[in-house]
Amino acid sequence: MNEFLSFWTFSDPTVRWVVLGALCLGFSAGLLGCFAFLRKQALLGDALAHAALPGVTTAFLLTYSRSPFIILTGAAVSCFLGIWSIEYLVRHTKIKEDSALAIVLSLFFALGIFQLTYIQKLGVASQAGLDRLLFGQAASLVRSDVIALTWVSLALMICIGTFFYRFKLVCFDRQLAISIGIRVKLYDALLAVALVLSIAIGLQLVGVVLMAAILVTPAAAARYWSNSLTKILLLAGVFGALSGIMGAYVSYLAPRMPTGPWIVVAVTAIFVASLLFAPERGVLSRVLKRAKLRVRINEENLLRTFYKLREEGIGAEVFVEPRQILEHRNMHIRDLESGLSRLVQDKDLVSYAGKYRLTKTGLERATRLTRIHRLWEVYLSQKIQISADHVHEDAEEIEHIITPELEQRLLEELNFPREDPHGRAIPSLEEK
Amino acid sequence: MSSALWIILIASLVGISCALLGTLLVLKRMSMLGDAISHSILPGLALAFLLSGSRSPLPMFLGAASLGVFTAYITDTLHRYGKLQEDASIGVTFTWLFAVGVILISLFAGQVDLDQDCVLYGEIAFAPLDILTWGETNIGPRSFWILLSVTLANILFVTLSFHRLALTCFDKGLARSVGVSTGFWHYILMTFVSLTIVASFESVGAILVVAMLVVPANAAYLIARSLSEMFLIAVGISILSSVGGYYLAEAFDASIAAAIALVAGGCLIFTVTAVKLIESGRARLREGYDGQAGAPTSYET
Repeated sequence: MNEFLSFWTFSDPTVRWVVLGALCLGFSAGLLGCFAFLRKQALLGDALAHAALPGVTTAFLLTYSRSPFIILTGAAVSCFLGIWSIEYLVRHTKIKEDSALAIVLSLFFALGIFQLTYIQKLGVASQAGLDRLLFGQAASLVRSDVIALTWVSLALMICIGTFFYRFKLVCFDRQLAISIGIRVKLYDALLAVALVLSIAIGLQLVGVVLMAAILVTPAAAARYWSNSLTKILLLAGVFGALSGIMGAYVSYLAPRMPTGPWIVVAVTAIFVASLLFAPERGVLSRVLKRAKLRVRINEENLLRTFYKLREEGIGAEVFVEPRQILEHRNMHIRDLESGLSRLVQDKDLVSYAGKYRLTKTGLERATRLTRIHRLWEVYLSQKIQISADHVHEDAEEIEHIITPELEQRLLEELNFPREDPHGRAIPSLEEK
Repeated sequence: MSSALWIILIASLVGISCALLGTLLVLKRMSMLGDAISHSILPGLALAFLLSGSRSPLPMFLGAASLGVFTAYITDTLHRYGKLQEDASIGVTFTWLFAVGVILISLFAGQVDLDQDCVLYGEIAFAPLDILTWGETNIGPRSFWILLSVTLANILFVTLSFHRLALTCFDKGLARSVGVSTGFWHYILMTFVSLTIVASFESVGAILVVAMLVVPANAAYLIARSLSEMFLIAVGISILSSVGGYYLAEAFDASIAAAIALVAGGCLIFTVTAVKLIESGRARLREGYDGQAGAPTSYET
């Protein structure tokens, strides 16, 4: 029990450094991953992360050093070679983009593994930590590592902050950027550099194999919460940082377990929570909205049926029985019952002994809906030349979403028609 | 039969299976989904080991096949109902599944007969040691028999369903209109891919299988003039890579699987260069003809 809690007191200096490292790396990887995600280059991040391995192993073979800057440089060089190879394959051969990614990913990684197994056989003591690059090992981050990586992360974030507006334009409205004279190629290159560096940094935290997750998943999760680029970037950074801490915590509890997978599990949990519960774009929210819409459509359909019955002389003075509604409109008994009770609740209907009649407000609503329905039918048949027997279904759907402004425009556009294509009268505004 | 021969044979079987399925993946632009599945079957394997307590092939295949289909299904669902863009759907799904797999392996290291390194690049060097016996006779390594069956299954699959596969690769609209279910063939293909990956798993590891799936097929793509040619060339290249890779690994005392992938990569680079040279050679020849006086360059002839 003590162990579980002692982490959070941050009294152990190693813990402090690991947590700081995890925070910075998580935040910057999450943030930089957004650009890859939003430019639909999520798998590019995966391919490049794998492509970084031979760079690291070659750097080691040349220098026998594991200093973070050497690793970073090696990884970066290798990543750039990877980007160049992908571009070359796509642009100058028949090979398609997804294949180019898979080729670079697997071949560069194979070279890295080849070198890694060779290095392991060499039995050089300093190579011991190289394989932690595969799955990440936050626990083995030392103070100097963290300081170095933090500086690089900060530099990247300052870069993004300074050129924020231009990055935004280059990503989302290239034509506009070109037309106002921004050198898009330069910013593309800068973003590529930022991506590569964030991969090179993140390697130490989550390792090669799971890098894609920390680039893509925080961004994907953040996307559900907002449409604003700034908010998405910040949220992705926060999610990345949270997952980083989670990984550091696990690493503290079980030092021999690789950190990477736990970070991925944490960030995926955040993703699933966002997917389900985010307001507006989350699954739950959409399901609820759709349910509410279905209820409203059901009510409005009922109101129109009442209006139609009224036109036929039923329901003006006399109360309408449910079965008369069913004769007119084919609907499920449950929808009928729930719709009727809601309309009574909303005071659009009044009920007496199991029968129903429109109230004043209900009549207003029903009249408006019918007017819109028939106006739309006129529109379809007059302006789009659809024959009279085809316009009804479309109008059935449109009637629920036409706004008062659109209604007014329709009236004017069609010159205040009196009848719909079926010969039925269109209730005018005065009738109400 | 010497170890070396067994290893090369086993690697060739991996190569053949992967080349056949890889051709289809490349043509359907699903190379990255192949990569995704090769990662995501890991928890299936770990669970199979844990639940069955043995290394017998049947639970492994079941575990892998179900995870493979599961990955394809989750990716599809995230894209369709979660409204997540396609590349991110793949990315989120397989990384999470792979992470779960690695965690399972670390947690139950004793009970699960896999380790992380094996996951990455396999231990084909040890394959000849794991011998099956029939009565008293030594009939060869276990992985050989598993791979032989899988390869035969793949060959049968590709030959028998050749036209349907070709149709769903090249003209989905036509396929649907003649009643060939693209969804069905997609999931069948994913199942065979998963089975092949798990069979190759022990030999070359999860991640290098991707190289064998994608690289020979793409080299073949550059020069083949028909689907059957593409199949054959891809198979040829992968067998070549298996042989070459073994000797490369011998020379440097490094991972055999990685070496095989590198040789395949070398073949790809060679093919790309050759194609470029031939193309530029042809272009120059054409220029030469046009430049000559009296050569038929217009309609006057």
